[in-house]
Amino acid sequence: MDDKPLAIVLFSGTDDKLNAAAVMASGAAALGRPVHIFLQYWGLDAFRSDRIKNDHGLAAEAGAEGKAAVDALRAEGQAPWYETLAMAKELGNVEVQACSLSMDVLRITEDDLDDLVDGTEGVTAFYIAVGDGQILFI
Amino acid sequence: MSDVHTTVDAKGLSCPMPIVKTAQAVKTVPAGELIEVLATDPGSVKDFAAWTRSTGNAIVEQSEDDGVYRFLIKRS
Repeated sequence: MDDKPLAIVLFSGTDDKLNAAAVMASGAAALGRPVHIFLQYWGLDAFRSDRIKNDHGLAAEAGAEGKAAVDALRAEGQAPWYETLAMAKELGNVEVQACSLSMDVLRITEDDLDDLVDGTEGVTAFYIAVGDGQILFI
Repeated sequence: MSDVHTTVDAKGLSCPMPIVKTAQAVKTVPAGELIEVLATDPGSVKDFAAWTRSTGNAIVEQSEDDGVYRFLIKRS
């Protein structure tokens, strides 16, 4: 097993990128790797408890064809990203932290956030938590 | 060959759910017992090879029938 932590800076708030982050996190968790997710801007906004289950749209490059493909997967019952992430948290050591600057910019308090979010931290605490682990920016 | 302790039916699930569900099942299975996994995700062939190598569990049987991959995994 590889114990080096994987860090994901989740900046984007569209469903495709949220799902990509949830997939990367759960794959690492299945291998026993600690995962640290740092939520910034639109990624953070998607974790508001009153918005998390909304349709967050897709990245611009998806186009109509991409949207049709994603809709078809959904119709087949593919788990939404927040359920995949919840499974990853159940399975392994997956921590989700909100970026304190983004909280200020978007006027979000911890009470506004879904229970998937474990807390708030600044970028320094993030770097210390990650140590020499890999960082993905999504 | 001893009996299968637990079957993980991951048919129709896309990556990484077959591995995630198997990793969850492994937590409830005693060491030395067998876990059967059924999956239709073609990526699962390489994923299970890599996952078992990394976690120390062993694939003791592997087959494919009409698009369904079957892995028999011995819990380490």
